[in-house]
Amino acid sequence: MAKTYAEINDKIKKGTAVVLTAEEVSEVAKTLSPKEIAEKVDVVTTATFGAMCSSGAFLNFGHANPPIRMEKIELNGIRVSGGLAAVDTYVGATDCNPENPSYGGAHIIEDLIAGKEITLEAWGKGTDCYPRKHIKTIITKDTINEAILYNPRNAYQNYNVATNSTDKIKYTYMGTLLPKLRNASYSTAGELSPLLNDPECRTIGLGTRIFLCGTEGYVTWNGTQFHSTKEINEYGIPTSNARTIAVIGDLKNMSTEFLRGVYYEKYGVSMFVGIGIPIPILDEDLARRVSIRNEQIETTVVDYGDGNKILGKTNYAALQSGEIEVNGHKIKTAPVASLSKARQIAEILKSWIQNGNFLLTEPVRPMPTGTSLKGLQEIEK
Amino acid sequence: MTKKVILTFPVDATDRPLTYDLIRIYDVKVNILKAEIQPGKTGSLLIEMDADPLRIEQAIAFLNDNGVTVSPVSSKISYDESRCINCGNCASACFSHALTIEAPDWKLQFNPEKCIACKLCLKACPLKLFKIEFSNSESY
Repeated sequence: MAKTYAEINDKIKKGTAVVLTAEEVSEVAKTLSPKEIAEKVDVVTTATFGAMCSSGAFLNFGHANPPIRMEKIELNGIRVSGGLAAVDTYVGATDCNPENPSYGGAHIIEDLIAGKEITLEAWGKGTDCYPRKHIKTIITKDTINEAILYNPRNAYQNYNVATNSTDKIKYTYMGTLLPKLRNASYSTAGELSPLLNDPECRTIGLGTRIFLCGTEGYVTWNGTQFHSTKEINEYGIPTSNARTIAVIGDLKNMSTEFLRGVYYEKYGVSMFVGIGIPIPILDEDLARRVSIRNEQIETTVVDYGDGNKILGKTNYAALQSGEIEVNGHKIKTAPVASLSKARQIAEILKSWIQNGNFLLTEPVRPMPTGTSLKGLQEIEK
Repeated sequence: MTKKVILTFPVDATDRPLTYDLIRIYDVKVNILKAEIQPGKTGSLLIEMDADPLRIEQAIAFLNDNGVTVSPVSSKISYDESRCINCGNCASACFSHALTIEAPDWKLQFNPEKCIACKLCLKACPLKLFKIEFSNSESY
């Protein structure tokens, strides 16, 4: 018996929709069949809270009098894009001033959300219509026009596990990797992770309404580096990093509880982003997908010390047990993304839906199929 | 009993062999886990003392008489819990298992008795929430 988005939304409006988190449904699936789950459950909430470097925010500062065409722009001393008309910019999460590398674009975005004052300094050459050449002032999220978070690549489907076989510590975006395979880190939330619960993106597409950093947001497109033809295991799960999503939301309504600027030693700035995605249980196939358990989700162990060499495969039950075995080596594991925060997000999204405040949207365009990745060629001309 | 403590040496105590006296006079088994001592400067020593409780008490009194401050590890190492997002980066780097993040709640746990003041967590924490008071030269 298939359900429609409209039928599920009617239940949400009436307050009768049955909503479970992806962890709860995986537990329920131990005793109920996919058919029974499809009949009983309407929505499953998924979530993740991890470092997502490909993130940033569009800002519009408003025009000063006399006006300036901002061609070089600094926020708190950090150079941001001057390539968007007169008073627009894009603050990339990883933008930074090399002289003070531990504070960057992600921290500016966090400070804006927190309502803090940010110093804006900008220069232009002066034109007939924008005569001014320099301005230095203070902005907050309340003094500027739009502040829109737009992240081109988030919520990676099944990121790889990082370890290091060399005899030196490696400082990476996957955390501190100790020498000689002394630890391994992972960043995907296992059975709670959004794109592992709808691995072929049947319900996640352009226009999907989501939880984004404490407020509602939307999926705008496939994320960059969208790879839909990776090897899958017997449960239909890609066994290494595959699909991604691009997301958008109103930064002014976000919370620093679910967006944080961070700095990785000897790597640089990144941003922790909180995303929650509701999966409508339209039919038995989706019920089966959301029932996936940690032990069924395999991923790839990669040696960050040795040219990203693939060392083997493991699964999230093993990773979450604190130790994996790869080629006869026992390696201590720990997460580098917050499962406790992801659970909090899944619960909040569940309560929004249960309270009738959050309706589901049917994608207006599905995600692409048959995509793979190109490397960068070095061409001499 | 064993007791893990951080000894803080004032400038005028760093040139005397006080650790040797702990062993020779008080018969304390001393396991030095981390040392940052340079003559003429303040220094820090993380040690595990193994002896009966009375001898440990006498040894600590002797150290205090010589101007050495004896502090439990937990009083010198801390993190800002209110800002912590429980991401696990510190626990991943912590090979002595003092910092752990595990099922069922996946919240960070800190057991100071296992800490060896290696300071890897200071660098590993992406929010820079850790503080270790261990010698003046390197503290964040």
